[in-house]
Amino acid sequence: MDGLLDIVSWLLLTTGGVFVFIGGVGALRMPNLYTRMHAASITDSIGPILIIAGVMLQAGFTLPIVKLAAILLFLLLTGPTASNALASAALLAGTKPGGSKTPAGED
Amino acid sequence: MVSLFSIFILTLLLITALAIVQSRNLFVAVMLSGIFSLLIAAIFFLLDAADVALTEAAVGAGISTVLFLGALALTAEREQEPPTNRPVALVVVVMTALVLIYGTLGTPRLGDPNAPVQTHVSPWYLEQTPHYIDIPNVVTAVLGSYRGYDTLGEVFVVLTAGIGVLFLLGKPSPRGSRGPESSAEDAGLRHYLIPRLVGRLLIPFILLFGLYVQFHGEYSPGGGFQAGAIIAAAIILYALLEGEARALLVLPRWLLTGMIAGGALLYGGVGVVCLLLGGNFLDYSVLMSDPVAGQQIGLLLIEAGVGITVTGVLLSVFHAFAARGEY
Repeated sequence: MDGLLDIVSWLLLTTGGVFVFIGGVGALRMPNLYTRMHAASITDSIGPILIIAGVMLQAGFTLPIVKLAAILLFLLLTGPTASNALASAALLAGTKPGGSKTPAGED
Repeated sequence: MVSLFSIFILTLLLITALAIVQSRNLFVAVMLSGIFSLLIAAIFFLLDAADVALTEAAVGAGISTVLFLGALALTAEREQEPPTNRPVALVVVVMTALVLIYGTLGTPRLGDPNAPVQTHVSPWYLEQTPHYIDIPNVVTAVLGSYRGYDTLGEVFVVLTAGIGVLFLLGKPSPRGSRGPESSAEDAGLRHYLIPRLVGRLLIPFILLFGLYVQFHGEYSPGGGFQAGAIIAAAIILYALLEGEARALLVLPRWLLTGMIAGGALLYGGVGVVCLLLGGNFLDYSVLMSDPVAGQQIGLLLIEAGVGITVTGVLLSVFHAFAARGEY
């Protein structure tokens, strides 16, 4: 039973890490701000979900599992909100969606 | 394993520090310094210094980023090009670095049980705290009771810094063209539904967490400095969402000024009461008939004083910046 839990938790942690890595690569390689944000949003949605689920399996039925759940809830609330605020701020500042070049002044 | 993590984070720290120095865009530098603070908080945590890590994360990564952004709104976003060829500066920097590196040669290894810091007063603190104060978090006991004078000094440093900033920036700019009523409707992120809703949902929980950190500081990492920063962050979030004017309705300027002075006064007052009850200054044992309970009451009161002053100073500095800039 413990071995099975370890395997599942290991799988969750690894896939979570892979998603975060993909998000990081995307944030560097994507052509403009909005596509970059799309890539980066993986690192604060699916990545933490999988990683925290993996850590939860390691923690077992103890108090830390409640704390981890609270952290996950907090991340799931704030991450998309921050992305939304960033995107609307960029739109307001005049960064147009589309196009393949990074606009000037944004490096 | 832990040392592997430490090396990884220290490498990132070095990269971030170099990037901060390299960046001419001050906005980028501010964001990087927030990352720097988070990384160093992780290092502190790996070194089992949870109290310091909490402080660094709350103040360094949270509040000071906001204050830096407030300062940036008043100045330019790009740094002036410095003169590139300065041999004297180079010599000074290299000499200082060499002295510092030479200094590290004399420090004991991490966790060395024979290091002076482990053999001087630390064993006494660890052994006698259950006897004298009876709280689990020895850091709070050291900070509030054994080294109470130092913490009093820190509170007065915060107080002095707050007074200084208020003297420099305190007066709202005379060109306050924004009408109080109309601007309150447009200010902040009031037209942005999602950030506003989520922010309003989170603020009570942030405040609750701040109070937990404040009053649970004797049992778990935390205390007045961290709690003050967290509560100030909640109010600043409210100010960003709803506009500064509404935040000033919650905690008006006169109340903030009162908090700045009142917290320090509470701390010093506890010391004076100890004197009047026949003890030494900041010797809390005389506050109650039971010395241990007296110590605990004293710690609770001075931590409250620290929290009140820190909240007041951080919010006053924020409002001082906000009253000048346009955000």
